[in-house]
Amino acid sequence: MDLKLKLDGLAKSYPGRPVFSKINAEVPAGRKLVITGPNGSGKSTLVKVICGFIRPTKGAVTLHVNGLSLSRIDIRPHIGLVSPDLVLYDELTAFENLSFFAGVAGLQFALSKLEDKLNAIGLEGRGDDLVGSYSSGMKQRLKYCLALLREPSLLLLDEPTANLDDRGKELVDNIIKGHNGIVVIATNESAELEYGDEIVRLG
Amino acid sequence: METKSSGSVKRSFAVFQKDIKSELRTRYAINAILLFAVVTVFAVSFAMAKSGGMVAPVLQSSLLWIVIYFSSLSGLAQSFIKEEESKTAIALRLYAPAESVFGGKLLFNLVLLIVMNIITIPLFAIFLNLEIANYPLFFSVVFLGSLAMVGTTTLVAAIISKASVKGALFAVLSFPLLLPVLMMAISGTKKALSPDITFAMARMELQVLGSYLVIMIVLGFFLFDAVWND
Repeated sequence: MDLKLKLDGLAKSYPGRPVFSKINAEVPAGRKLVITGPNGSGKSTLVKVICGFIRPTKGAVTLHVNGLSLSRIDIRPHIGLVSPDLVLYDELTAFENLSFFAGVAGLQFALSKLEDKLNAIGLEGRGDDLVGSYSSGMKQRLKYCLALLREPSLLLLDEPTANLDDRGKELVDNIIKGHNGIVVIATNESAELEYGDEIVRLG
Repeated sequence: METKSSGSVKRSFAVFQKDIKSELRTRYAINAILLFAVVTVFAVSFAMAKSGGMVAPVLQSSLLWIVIYFSSLSGLAQSFIKEEESKTAIALRLYAPAESVFGGKLLFNLVLLIVMNIITIPLFAIFLNLEIANYPLFFSVVFLGSLAMVGTTTLVAAIISKASVKGALFAVLSFPLLLPVLMMAISGTKKALSPDITFAMARMELQVLGSYLVIMIVLGFFLFDAVWND
């Protein structure tokens, strides 16, 4: 698959406060980019810029997929996102959340298929529970299930192991190592820097 | 094979179904709307009772649309505000196309307003002695007026959902846009309350309401992408 993520001279600033500037990177398929830096250095902002939720002050994000150059909103169908800023519906069950997001993304899954996906992420037997009753670690696992639902070519992980126990961290490790697209990880955990084929340091 | 438009309708319906399910479980918007509507109807009826209970059709129609307008303001913005405040808007932006979100929210707000009307109008009729002379005209005006109101407020709700002073901004932005709807709806309702008025005699009100709702809904579908994604 012809796949490449290009961050070209990205800069973001708010009035009177520069967040980051001159961010350049080229990440082909199968490679991993780690964004690191102290708290408040703009890691999550950079993830949001890549997703197209925030416009950069300068520069551009381009995803090259099979000869097509996609930017901003057109990138979104290729993204799987796990982030503290992404929240699922507490008042719906895990199955309802997954089938809703699959439905609006134009995908259809049988309940048994969704059950398999929940089992794979360590949430067996909890699909009919309201997400509001989940622990923060279970919610994080469900976010992985959603992120992987449409087999994204670009997996964006902001604080990938937040709230997870050791088994959860192992699961994330398998996901990151087994993903054959592009993985972008925003973290300040030193152990997670080892995933990076390329590292962008902010702040 | 799924065409783009049939896919969009299906996705809009998925957003609508999700909103209905969420609303039935949280009662985030319906409680605000119904409480406001019922309290206002009672407050108005007590005030009118002191004046002998006889209220002119023009005053009745004005009061009815004031109740509908303010009750809808208290609830219709919630569909977007809730998504932003509970941070679920990010996942929705990532997975759902903008036109499906707008279509689903529009449908949800319409159902909400119809439910509110079903409860408010009989209460209003009982407590303010509302005597409807022309039922088809009355319900046509209420339906078209509600649809025009929903078409306008759904887009405004999306605009204000990211602001810090949502309530005030919603009222300030909605009022000038809804003024033509309110004027025509009040005029049409007054005619429906007056005896000897035929459907054809309220053609102008119905045409303006119909045209306005088409303009607002089409405009909403065109503008929503920029509002939602920027």
